[in-house]
Amino acid sequence: MVNTAHTGNLRKKSGLRTNNSRAGDVVVVLICCFIIFICILPIINIAVRSVSSADALIKNQVTFWPVGFTLESYSRVLTSAKYTNSLAFTAWLTVLCVGVSLVMTTLCAFPLTFDNLPGKKFLNTIVLITMYFGAGTIPTYLLIKQLGLLENWLVLVLPSCLSVFNMILMRSFFYGIPASLRESAEIDGAGPMRVLLSIYIPLSLPVIATLALFYAVGRWNGYTDALYYIKSKTQYHPIQLLLYNLLNNSQSLEVATQEGFSTPGAAESIKSATVMFATVPILLVYPWLQKYFISGVTLGAVKE
Amino acid sequence: MQAVARRPAGTLEKKILAKSVLTRMKRYWVLYVMLLLPIAYFVIFRYLPMPYMAQAFKQNNIIKPIWEVPWAKNNGLEFFIKAFANQSFLNAIRNTVVLNVLDLVMGFPAPIILAIILNELRFPKFKRLTQTIAYVPHFLSWVIIYGLAMRLFAPTDGLVNILLNRAGAASINFLGTPILWIFTYVFLGIWQSIGWNTIIYLAAITNINPELYEAARVDGAKRMREIWHVTLPCLRPTIIVLLVLSLGNIMGGGFERPFVMRNQLVDSVSDVISVFVYRNGIQGSQFSLSTAVGLFQSVINVIFLVGANMFAKRIGERGLM
Repeated sequence: MVNTAHTGNLRKKSGLRTNNSRAGDVVVVLICCFIIFICILPIINIAVRSVSSADALIKNQVTFWPVGFTLESYSRVLTSAKYTNSLAFTAWLTVLCVGVSLVMTTLCAFPLTFDNLPGKKFLNTIVLITMYFGAGTIPTYLLIKQLGLLENWLVLVLPSCLSVFNMILMRSFFYGIPASLRESAEIDGAGPMRVLLSIYIPLSLPVIATLALFYAVGRWNGYTDALYYIKSKTQYHPIQLLLYNLLNNSQSLEVATQEGFSTPGAAESIKSATVMFATVPILLVYPWLQKYFISGVTLGAVKE
Repeated sequence: MQAVARRPAGTLEKKILAKSVLTRMKRYWVLYVMLLLPIAYFVIFRYLPMPYMAQAFKQNNIIKPIWEVPWAKNNGLEFFIKAFANQSFLNAIRNTVVLNVLDLVMGFPAPIILAIILNELRFPKFKRLTQTIAYVPHFLSWVIIYGLAMRLFAPTDGLVNILLNRAGAASINFLGTPILWIFTYVFLGIWQSIGWNTIIYLAAITNINPELYEAARVDGAKRMREIWHVTLPCLRPTIIVLLVLSLGNIMGGGFERPFVMRNQLVDSVSDVISVFVYRNGIQGSQFSLSTAVGLFQSVINVIFLVGANMFAKRIGERGLM
């Protein structure tokens, strides 16, 4: 673990008697338990509600454990074409965006690691300026409109397919690869493409995994682009926008009748189940990548 | 080029560097081909929108392309004048500043405190568990977070109010009362970012020279004095840089959190500039007005960022630029 500070180990090794009291340790542990509780409680609450019966929900019987356990809301979501289509579309979109973004990020970061590339400084400046200065919401909207991308699913892929921050992260990682490796390959006659494919990419799997996570989370969680640019073609609405509309249509009865559910309680548990569907994929992925993204964030912090 | 300074050029690189520009361009032509797509991306999606900022000074026309639209009245300043005569825009400025200042005052110290607490935790496995769980909220979208919050804070059937009712207390409408909404807003912001923002402080703490702690201990420092005299001073540069960045954002702020959390009952406090731009520009097709507002916001942001940076340098810190 990156973050296990030396200090902890050192206190044990140094042989110096620690001055830190037991009572202090207890307080620290209690605070951490409280943090864990606060972070996890909302998710447990929604999970519990999603598997409780509609009847128990209406009677406010559900608190920390399921009442009248049922998977009905999940089967309702999974049998509703509206939800499954949106989930499938978002999953497909996420995979596509991660692929496109990783290729674009690599294509941008790799050439900019060659210090003797004529024009590198200029290209670098062009890229970095966009990190500090953006045109703004409406000018971007007007351009998208002019390009004819409104109501087109490509608008969910193209405008966000390259993040400068992520590019810098990857480039910092590339800089960490010894130049001698590249040079010896170049002496053997390998061109830049070969160097990228057989040296840089195999050595960069940690940073590629981190960026894949960042791009995937960004796309899976993103909805503002769909909100701005796609109004009528609801088949291109990602799951988060669907969820937003579901939460904000918020008169439970209205949703219930709209969806053909008998009781408002059913609509409530549907909402909870949809939140679970939108949350769980991320919760399944991120812990495995934790040590990579931590080093990624720290790497990003030393940019330029 | 900073990169050269960071990584000394090898012998082959020096040889190539010495060769003429043309030779190098020939040798690395593949790299230019690689850069074609990314550069095209930056030109199209990051630079081409910039000319459209001129919309702020042009008449509002939702059909004609911008270059055919005539300039606005009052030397093109018509929509800036209209914006400042618009009470709901003035409210949006006030709300943006209020929410961002509260975020800063309450949200900025939170991850520093948590990082220090985590650093004091002496059970590595438990520490790791705490970190893993504290990072969770960062990966959730604001829609999901609001969905979770609604189920906790809903006036009749939210968990908090169910528990309050059982304890015999009256329900509290956290999301429907302006003042309580503001605090829920700030609380959710802290909830979402506190864990993630500790990463950078924990990394800085890892870099503190352990001898400093030993010296402090030899001098008889207890835990609190160690934190006060070693950890915090060593975190100072990191804190200043992040503080400058936050100060530069005092008129900025995201769109998603206020947009997702707003409802009719709290519109008077939740309508921030980004939401104002969305309502009037994208929903209401008042492009000129909302572009003018966005432009005003960016200018203020730059002023604040540069100002905060100058202040940081004045008090002897490195700052950003």
